[in-house]
Amino acid sequence: MKKKDFIKVEHKKKSFTRPDEKWGLEKETENFANQVKSYRQEKISDDDFRRFRLQHGAYGSRLRPDYSMIRIKIPSGEITPKQLEKIADLSESFSIGSAHVSTRQNIQLHWVQLEDVSEVMRGLVEVGLTTREACGNTVRNVMCSHFSGVCSEEIFDATPYSKAIAKFFLRNPISQNLPRKFKINFGCCDKHGLVRIADIGLIPAIQDGRRGFRIYLGGGLGAASFIGHLLEDFTPEEQLLSTCMATIRIFDRHGNRENMARNRMRYLVNEMGWEKFQKLILKERTILYMTTSESTRDLFSVHQFSHNLISNSILNKMKSNHKLPIVTESISIDSSSYTRWLHTNTVEQKQQGYYTVFVTLGAGDITSNQLKSLATIIQDFSLEGVARNTPQQNFAIRYVHYTDLSKVYKKLHTTGLSNSGALTITSAVGCSGTTSCNLAITNSHRLAKEVQSKLLELGFDVDDSLRSSTIKISGCPNSCGQHEIATIGFFGGATRIGNTMAPVYTMLFGGRSDKDSKLGKPVMRVPAKRVIEVIQKIVELYKQEKNSEPLDLWLDHVVNGNGPATIKNLEDIKTHLTPIVQLPPSEESPTSYQDYGNDVKFIAKTARGECAA
Amino acid sequence: MRRLKKNYILKKQTTKIKTSNDKKKTQNTQRTSTKTTIAKKLGIKSYQKLPIICDVDTLRTLIRKKTVRVVDVRKTEDYKKGHISTAVSLPLAQIISNDTPEQIIQILENIGVSDNIPVVVYDDTFGALAARVAWTFQYVGHENTSLLEMTFANWKDLGLEIEKKNNTFAKTKHTLKINPSIFADAKYVESIQNDQNTVLVDSRERLNFLTEHIPNAKNIPYTMLGTDNSILRPRNDLKRFIENRGIKKDSEIITYCGSVGTLSGLAFYALKLAGIKDVKLYSKSFKDWKALGKPKTEFKDANYWDLSAE
Ligand code: SF4
Repeated sequence: MKKKDFIKVEHKKKSFTRPDEKWGLEKETENFANQVKSYRQEKISDDDFRRFRLQHGAYGSRLRPDYSMIRIKIPSGEITPKQLEKIADLSESFSIGSAHVSTRQNIQLHWVQLEDVSEVMRGLVEVGLTTREACGNTVRNVMCSHFSGVCSEEIFDATPYSKAIAKFFLRNPISQNLPRKFKINFGCCDKHGLVRIADIGLIPAIQDGRRGFRIYLGGGLGAASFIGHLLEDFTPEEQLLSTCMATIRIFDRHGNRENMARNRMRYLVNEMGWEKFQKLILKERTILYMTTSESTRDLFSVHQFSHNLISNSILNKMKSNHKLPIVTESISIDSSSYTRWLHTNTVEQKQQGYYTVFVTLGAGDITSNQLKSLATIIQDFSLEGVARNTPQQNFAIRYVHYTDLSKVYKKLHTTGLSNSGALTITSAVGCSGTTSCNLAITNSHRLAKEVQSKLLELGFDVDDSLRSSTIKISGCPNSCGQHEIATIGFFGGATRIGNTMAPVYTMLFGGRSDKDSKLGKPVMRVPAKRVIEVIQKIVELYKQEKNSEPLDLWLDHVVNGNGPATIKNLEDIKTHLTPIVQLPPSEESPTSYQDYGNDVKFIAKTARGECAA
Repeated sequence: MRRLKKNYILKKQTTKIKTSNDKKKTQNTQRTSTKTTIAKKLGIKSYQKLPIICDVDTLRTLIRKKTVRVVDVRKTEDYKKGHISTAVSLPLAQIISNDTPEQIIQILENIGVSDNIPVVVYDDTFGALAARVAWTFQYVGHENTSLLEMTFANWKDLGLEIEKKNNTFAKTKHTLKINPSIFADAKYVESIQNDQNTVLVDSRERLNFLTEHIPNAKNIPYTMLGTDNSILRPRNDLKRFIENRGIKKDSEIITYCGSVGTLSGLAFYALKLAGIKDVKLYSKSFKDWKALGKPKTEFKDANYWDLSAE
């Protein structure tokens, strides 16, 4: 007991505030305000203004270009309590009183009046954040696995590299007018981080005692998706910058600037062929490497960074033989809500005694008040004093001492953030859909929330055989909801059923995003109002097959036509699902033909997409 | 909250500095007191003319000198639990249910407000209720009305003087002098709707505005106007917000909100503070507009309500 107390005191004393990073620039906010004025006075054209606006992180809102969705870049997903508080304030003042975690570690504020965007930027700059190059044809937010630094399987922490690369390309002249957007993702190990669905994906590796990366190029999700190719077995640390630069330069030079639908780098790779592309990159890199001074290269060597502020000596001091609070054997729906939460929302770190705690959101939504409470919790309980947002649209609070877990739970509970299931199938991902996106056909956002609450109600989060499976929903074929890497994915569309239009989703099976990334296979169309029932039925069928493998592996077998029991292939499973997707005539059940969040007839309305700008 | 405490310490320090600089102060007080004596001889009281926002120091000085009427517009129960020294209780509901100018004058007389005495109003609802009451006073002719810069909760957090006794003052006489330049009704709003120089401002929250609003209205949600520890932001911030929207200083602006003109009351004073001369309050607001069956602009092509996390 005494020993524990000692640890406790030590632990409190050592928590620190991280120095602010400065990504934002004051002068850009004024510039933005002036451009809006000029635009309103018709001194600049629609197109020019649009490009400018996107370059500064403001999308036009659904069918209302006079409102913006502001995308705040959170480099590596790492965010301080002060920044969270600021975002809460800004949302309250200028947006709708809530913020939204995206699938690429951005935080988005919706329905901000165009005239107030500069005010939001002003506030963001005060806490070091930027929206610069969050949209448009540029290097987007550089992602880094939220487990980097704490993952028990990683070789080293990729975060400092991720930040250095982000810094290098932000406002870099080459990033100002690429053929199309460009995404860079860092992972921590083979399991975490979306490295194979990015233009450049990097996983830490060590060869002969040297640090470096395994680099994947040309992946990406969209109307046509591709899995990234491995450039070479090992890319040493000192080649990191030249490899990234070479890739962007080749893309800039050879990328398709004509056909907007086919101008992501993955199309270039596909059209050119991987071998030719690979050669081109390696050649370009040699030139770049030979023309980069050592001091520049050194900027990307991790020894220059003081990122690892939590020294091993502090951690070693805190080591103790504690009994893990995590219930390893399975739990049930009748377990206490705290046990359930522990089981589905916390992960043990490689730092002994420390846990990463996940905060479950609904499709990434969080209110201003909740953001403020979250900021306090991070300050009080995370040794590193920051949090990360995750591509699953949740928050991860890391370095929580095991003796603090129940306190953290209680605090989260009082602010309505203690839902379980963050790391399970119940934490459905949903893009913004018709809540704000111009291209959306369906209300994927609301559907994701409906799926989550229904599955939690059914207790799917406590079922370990479902844990490794994911559900992801996009409101159109564009994949912002990353439906193609989900075990069960959905993307929205519209179909005439009988003589009535209805919102329908195309369902895909078998996607995954780890080292063996795979894109989901389209299975069948499901009316919006039948999605939940279909998910339930799939799980029911899986249970009937009495399989010892988890759901995602079973579905993978079925996709490959070698199901282990009675359901052998997709046709078999479709036969079971078909009765559910049939709708009664619209006169009998008009609501079956409506989308979530609407009580009127469904009409698919879209406007010019800005992702493509 | 943390920020508040810091401010308080700062304020205390400034007070100290002020007292050390007392030479000037005595001069000032002397001047005021001579004025007062002359005024007293003539049988008129000379009162300080207050700006739109009354800061804490000014109010405390006035309370000490007993030359102010402080009006607490929270619910009676809240008033009974504690209020700013010398404050009288006047819940907003009383103003709303007695809304003829004559009745308002009577209310003023009953709480001991004479023609020129400074009146400072406060609430616990980020200034919106206080603003509605202050506007009403100014509308019936009590020009010298001001809003306390902060809410009662802020005042209390600063540890400033609070008392529990029920204050009453001798009945006074007050002249009725309607100020039509700050008032608008549905008919008036309709008449200026296509006027280039008039701007209609809806001060409800964004999602309510998107759902439906009076045609051509611009949205300045009340949430933009204040901060955690002050009911209105600094003048320069407000000015910038308005400038960003391309609203000219010499425009006529009419504010409205959902039903009784509280949120738009706050917007009324925010615009005044930003230096707009001609501001009117459509006090019966959108509820009245809808009841009259007037046209609305609606936006139903997006499910923005589903973005809320609640
Ligand atoms: S997937 Fe489609 S609907 Fe969803 S945010 Fe992207 S473009 Fe919009």
